[in-house]
Amino acid sequence: MKKKSSSKDFVWRRKHLLGLKGMSADELIHLFNTAEGFKEISQRSIKKAPALRGKVVGNLFFEDSTRTRTSFALAVSRLSADIVEFTAKASSLSKGETLRDTARNLEAMGIDMVVVRHKAGGAANLLSQCIDACVINAGDGYHEHPTQGLLDIFTIRELRQDIKGLKVAIVGDIAHSRVARSNIWALHTLGAEVFLVGPPTLMPSAVSQLPVTVCHDFDSIIGQMDVLNMLRVQFERIGSPVIPSLLEYSRLFALTEKRMEKAKSDVIVMHPGPMNRGLEIEGTVADGPNSTVLRQVSNGLAVRMAVLFLVNQASKLPADERIDS
Amino acid sequence: MSELLIKDGRVIDPANKIDTVSDVLIREGKIAEIGSVKASGEMKTIDAKDKYVVPGLIDLHVHFREPGDEGKETIASGSHAAVAGGFTSVACMPNTQPTIDNEATVEYVYRQAAEANLANVYATGAITKGRDGEELAEMGQMVRGGVVAFTDDGTGVQDSGVMLKAFQYASMFDKVIMQHCQDDAIAGNGCMNSGYQATVLGLPGMSPLAEELMIARDLLLVQQTKARYHVQHLSTKKAAQIIREAKQQGIAVTTEVSPHHLLLTEDCCVGYDTNYKMNPPLRRQEDVDAMRQAVADGTIDCLATDHAPHLSSEKELEFFNAPPGILGLECALGLYVKALIDTKTIDWPRMIAMMTHIPADILSIDKGTLAIGADADVTIIDPTSPWQVDVEKFYSKSRNCPFHGWDLTARATHTIVGGEIKFQLG
Ligand SMILES: [Zn+2]
Ligand SMILES: [Zn+2]
Repeated sequence: MKKKSSSKDFVWRRKHLLGLKGMSADELIHLFNTAEGFKEISQRSIKKAPALRGKVVGNLFFEDSTRTRTSFALAVSRLSADIVEFTAKASSLSKGETLRDTARNLEAMGIDMVVVRHKAGGAANLLSQCIDACVINAGDGYHEHPTQGLLDIFTIRELRQDIKGLKVAIVGDIAHSRVARSNIWALHTLGAEVFLVGPPTLMPSAVSQLPVTVCHDFDSIIGQMDVLNMLRVQFERIGSPVIPSLLEYSRLFALTEKRMEKAKSDVIVMHPGPMNRGLEIEGTVADGPNSTVLRQVSNGLAVRMAVLFLVNQASKLPADERIDS
Repeated sequence: MSELLIKDGRVIDPANKIDTVSDVLIREGKIAEIGSVKASGEMKTIDAKDKYVVPGLIDLHVHFREPGDEGKETIASGSHAAVAGGFTSVACMPNTQPTIDNEATVEYVYRQAAEANLANVYATGAITKGRDGEELAEMGQMVRGGVVAFTDDGTGVQDSGVMLKAFQYASMFDKVIMQHCQDDAIAGNGCMNSGYQATVLGLPGMSPLAEELMIARDLLLVQQTKARYHVQHLSTKKAAQIIREAKQQGIAVTTEVSPHHLLLTEDCCVGYDTNYKMNPPLRRQEDVDAMRQAVADGTIDCLATDHAPHLSSEKELEFFNAPPGILGLECALGLYVKALIDTKTIDWPRMIAMMTHIPADILSIDKGTLAIGADADVTIIDPTSPWQVDVEKFYSKSRNCPFHGWDLTARATHTIVGGEIKFQLG
């Protein structure tokens, strides 16, 4: 496996993880190699590493996401740092306090790193501009969800030698998906061929300018795909002008057992969770032999440990050797 | 007898087709003489050598936030910003708290303006009560109070039936109807131009179609009536083409463009800087080019800033949640020069026309000319002195301006309103 080679002397320079757009192949590979190291730790009997001892990480979630929040919290504790949880209901986040006010408060508490989830695109960028701490984007609006993109690709890498040349379909509500955007940028950088599948009403306005192939007929391409990444469909979009009905969506775009018959036998079936069984993916497929859903969850932990570890390393670099944006 | 003599400037008065080096004598607040005037002993004199002497600039689209949002701007602070930018007359938009949709609020605006005693401040009134797009506001009462136009600016009138009635009703008063053209069903919750950058930044986009659709609709509606229609802050290439064709058909339509739609594109939004959030949003380079082309061929009639002050605390919000709009008055002149003169799109007399008698005609106000006997509203411009935009020096109460730090050349050195010097560059 050539995975480990290139990154021995590599220096990670990003103090924040805001998105995967603009991240180089070398950076991505270094991050994956680091995550592999942490994955080994997770398989030991003593699962802790002392890498971030004494550090305090704020888990700042303006939007509900038990899964991502828990994954980050566990990653923090595995690295021996302390975590402070902020959720919209528990603190003043919902009382009209601005992101900037929150940043000032976090700073005053001496927090070293902030993991942020927010419903507005650019929230993590904004936070990074008004705080000294490292900022890790845990999903901002439809912009990016870099750790999800990383763990998806990390998972593909585990199962295939190389990302280059793989055909990856991302299926569903692309327009409102930060997961899709993060995947598109990094998969493209690593040489995969990305297909976006879904109705035109769920495609972003400038999809033709993205490095992807757009397809509205899932059946016509499924047989060529190496990876099928099934996005979660928001129930509130059903019956709105973008999706006429649940039945119609399922017929056209759901990954059913029947549709799986057309796919390659070793196709990788992914889902960022939480799944709507029976909507975008049939339960038997989600639980079937091609599904990597649970592997994604465990890899998410290793990838997040790697991210926390690397941005902390970068924060110790002199300012002119660091990338702060 | 108060007299003021402006010596040796290049007098540009497009309304009277004058462009010549000359003196301008002001007496008792009126233009008394243009030509070679000998300074007498008592006479106050301004040396305007190498400067341009033009009718006081007019901006028919500003937001002075009073009543209701005096923390952002007041009629006094806005007027101060106006004269500092060379503007002698402005028309205030009615999207205040409460809405300017009745005679009493109109009178309040004029009272505050008189107290400020700086620029000529004109009130515009809402088309519909509370700008909610449902019932017509008391247009006749507001005309008595002195409004010069009607608009629901900040939003467009969505209901076609209501809009048709508004055109019909307003035609009684010979007041122009101005529209913030935005079909909300198409615009959705868009907070920047829909396109590549919105896709990359993960922000909801607002399609150019939202603007174009409402313009096209209104042009069909207005033809059924005797009303006059003015499209506010034009921003898309196709919208310019629609208006160009409407003018060729003789439809009574005029339009304006802002400095930012002549100079900035959606690419400015890349860092999520909320000073680039406007409505209509910044578009693509080809739209900017089309705006300049539309200025050159006369499709666009006049220049308007859409001066829109907001609190720093609001502009510090996330891009999606921050309010749209930027300051314009105190740097507009230099920006127009950069966008239109430096690029050889139009010449100085045409640009001055677009900032003086043309907006005056749209508003049907007796301004924008240096004719003998006219109100002595005069702006003296230094067309070549380099200066840098510094928002900290603005007279506006707000600071939301993406042009901070820009190097410009032209600016007003004297702003004279009714014969009195209201601003002098110090
Ligand atoms: Zn407007
Ligand atoms: Zn406006």
